[in-house]
Amino acid sequence: MRYLLQRLGFYLFSAWAAITINFFIPRMMPGDPVQALITRYQGQLSTQAIDSLRTLFGLDQEASLWSQYLDYWGNLFSGDLGTSFTYFPTGVSDIISQSMPWTLTLMGITTVLSFLLGTGIGVYAGWRRGSWLDSMLPVTTFISAIPYFWLGLIAIALFAVQWPIFPASGAYDNGLLPGWDWEFISSAIYHGTLPGVTIVISAIAGWILGMRNMMVSVSAEDYVLVAHAKGLPERRVMFSYAARNAILPNISNFALSLGFIVGGTLLVEMVFSYPGIGYVLFQGVSAKDYPLMQGVFLFVTLAVLAANLVADLVYLLLDPRTRREA
Amino acid sequence: MALQATDTAVAAGESAGGPRRDRLRFLRNGKTLVGVAILGVFVLLAIAGSWLAPYDPSARSEELLQPPSWDHPFGTTQTGQDIFSQILVGTRGVLVVGLLAAVIATVLGVLIGVTAGYLGGVGDEVLSSLSNVFLVIPGLPLIIIVTSQLPETNDFTIALVIGLTSWAWGARVLRAQTLSLRGRDYVQAARATGESTWRIIVFELLPNLTPVIASGFIGTVIFAVLSEITLAFIGVADISHWNWGTVLFWAQSNQALAQDAWWWFVPAGLCIALLGTALALINFGIDEFINPRLRSDGRADRRVRMRVGFTPVVRPGHGDAEAEAAPRPPAATAPGTTIRKDDRP
Repeated sequence: MRYLLQRLGFYLFSAWAAITINFFIPRMMPGDPVQALITRYQGQLSTQAIDSLRTLFGLDQEASLWSQYLDYWGNLFSGDLGTSFTYFPTGVSDIISQSMPWTLTLMGITTVLSFLLGTGIGVYAGWRRGSWLDSMLPVTTFISAIPYFWLGLIAIALFAVQWPIFPASGAYDNGLLPGWDWEFISSAIYHGTLPGVTIVISAIAGWILGMRNMMVSVSAEDYVLVAHAKGLPERRVMFSYAARNAILPNISNFALSLGFIVGGTLLVEMVFSYPGIGYVLFQGVSAKDYPLMQGVFLFVTLAVLAANLVADLVYLLLDPRTRREA
Repeated sequence: MALQATDTAVAAGESAGGPRRDRLRFLRNGKTLVGVAILGVFVLLAIAGSWLAPYDPSARSEELLQPPSWDHPFGTTQTGQDIFSQILVGTRGVLVVGLLAAVIATVLGVLIGVTAGYLGGVGDEVLSSLSNVFLVIPGLPLIIIVTSQLPETNDFTIALVIGLTSWAWGARVLRAQTLSLRGRDYVQAARATGESTWRIIVFELLPNLTPVIASGFIGTVIFAVLSEITLAFIGVADISHWNWGTVLFWAQSNQALAQDAWWWFVPAGLCIALLGTALALINFGIDEFINPRLRSDGRADRRVRMRVGFTPVVRPGHGDAEAEAAPRPPAATAPGTTIRKDDRP
C-alpha cells in the first residue's frame, strides 16, 4: 500500500511538473511569436484567437505571472485548453476528445500485440541462445533503427500504391457515419491494418532484444539449474522458471518506453493521415497553431502518466516482493 | 553488472602489464567492428560530403523526377535536384546534431546521475525525482512543441533542445551504478585515506562507469538522430538546410509516394536505418563487454582456455558462465534492467 501511495504521489508530482512546463514553455520563448503569427496570417485571425494567443504566451501585461498561473489552472480544471485557430472556433479540448478514441484504439491494440509477440519470440531466442534465432538479431536491430514514419511511407508505397490492397489514408470510408454497426467497424479495421502493422513491426524488435537478454541472464541462475536437475520438462523450465522471472524487468522497461511508443504512433498517424492525436498535432505544427499543440502535448503527457500508473499496478500484482515490503 | 566486468578487466589488465589490451577488447567483437566501420564511413561522408557531392543539392535542372541512373545514382526530385547530392550534403547535419545533442545529454546525465548516486540523502531525492519526471514525459512531443515555438531553428538550437530533454535515461542508469559502486571496498578505502569527494568521483568512480556512460552516449545519439530527422520531416526544423529528414519532407510534401518515385524516399530512410544499426551494434559490443553472458558466439567456443591473470581461470565457452572470474551478485542483470530495483521502498 505504501508503495502504491508513493507511486501515486510521484505521478501527481509529474503531472504537476508537466502542466507547469507546459505553462512556461511559451512564456520563455524569446521574441514575440504572436506578432509573427498575426503578420503570417495577415488579418485572417479573429480578435478572439489573438486574445487566446496573448493569454497563452502571457503577453497580457496587466496580469502578473502568478495570477496567470492560477488562471491557467482554473481553465484546465474546467476543461478549457484555449481555442484552436486551424479549426476555429472549436475549442482545443473538443478536437482532442474527437481524435482521442482513434489513437487510443490504434495504440492500445498495437502495443499489446507487439509486447506479446516480441516477448514470446524473445523467450525462445534467449532460451535457445546460439541457435539460428541469434542470426535474426542483426535483422531486428536494423528494423528497430528504422524510423516509424519511414516504414509507414514504405508500407504505403508498397501496399497502397504499388499493390492497392489497403487504403493509404483515413480511418474509415468517407461514406460511412461513425457508429457501432458492423459495416463501420469492419471499415475501421480495414483502414487501421496498415498503420497497425507498421507500428507492430517497428516496436517489436525492442521487446525481442530486451526479453532475449533477460532470458540469457536468467537461464544461468541456480534455480533454473535446479529445475533442470529435478528433471522437469524443458517447456516447464523455460516458461515457469526462466521466463517468469525474466519478464519482470521487461514490464518496467515497458513503462519507460511508453513515451517512445507514443512518439512513434503520433508519427505513423501523420503519415497515414489517421485522424488521431498525432495527425492533429501535425496540423497544429504546420499551421503554427500553438494552443492546439500545447493541448495535445498536455493530453499525451497525462495519458502516458496514467499508463505508467497502470504498468506499476501490474508490476505490483506480478512481483510479490513489492507487495510484501509494502 | 558493469562492476564485476570492469573489476576483472582492471585486474587482468594490471597483471598483464598493459591496460591497453583489455581496453580495446570490445573492438575484437565482430558486431562492434561492423558498427564502427559503418559509422566511420558516415563520419567520412559528413566531413567530405559537400565536396564529394556531384551537384549542388538545391540546384534545379531539366531532368525532372528521373529514376536512378549513372548521372544521378539516387534519381532526381520533381524540380530536378540530385537526391544523391542531397543525401551526401545532409550527412553532416545529421551527425553534428546527433553528436552535439548526445554530448550535452551525457554531460548532464553524468553530472546529475553521479551526483545523486554519490551524495544520497535529500539531494538524491530531488535529483532522481527530477530525472524520473523527465523520463515519463514523452520526449518527442516535448521536443516538437519547444522547437516549433523557437523563433529561429538551426542545427545548434535543435541539438540543444534534444540534449536538454533526453538526459534523464542516462542519469537514471548512472545513479543506480554509482549507488552500487559507492559501497565497494576500494571507494571506502579511498575515502578512508582522506581523498576529496571530487577526486573519488573523478578518479575512482568515473573510470568504472565508462562502459555505462559510453553505451548511454551511443543510445542518445540514436535517439537524437531520429528526433532531428523527425523534426525535419514534419517541417518544424529549418527546411532550407539539407539533412536526411529534409529530403523526406520534400518527398512527402510533393506526393512522391503517389507518383511512384520510390528513389526519393528510400535512400534517406536506408541511411537512417544503417546509421542506427551501426550505433546499435557498437552498443551491443559494449553490452557484451559489460555482461559476458550475452555473448552469443559462445557455442562455437567449447575448448577450455586459460586466461593469463593473477590466477589462471578456466573459461568454458557456454553454459557455465559462473566460471567468470568475479563472483556475481545473485540478482544482477543487464544494465538497463536493474533500474527499478532501487525505486522500491
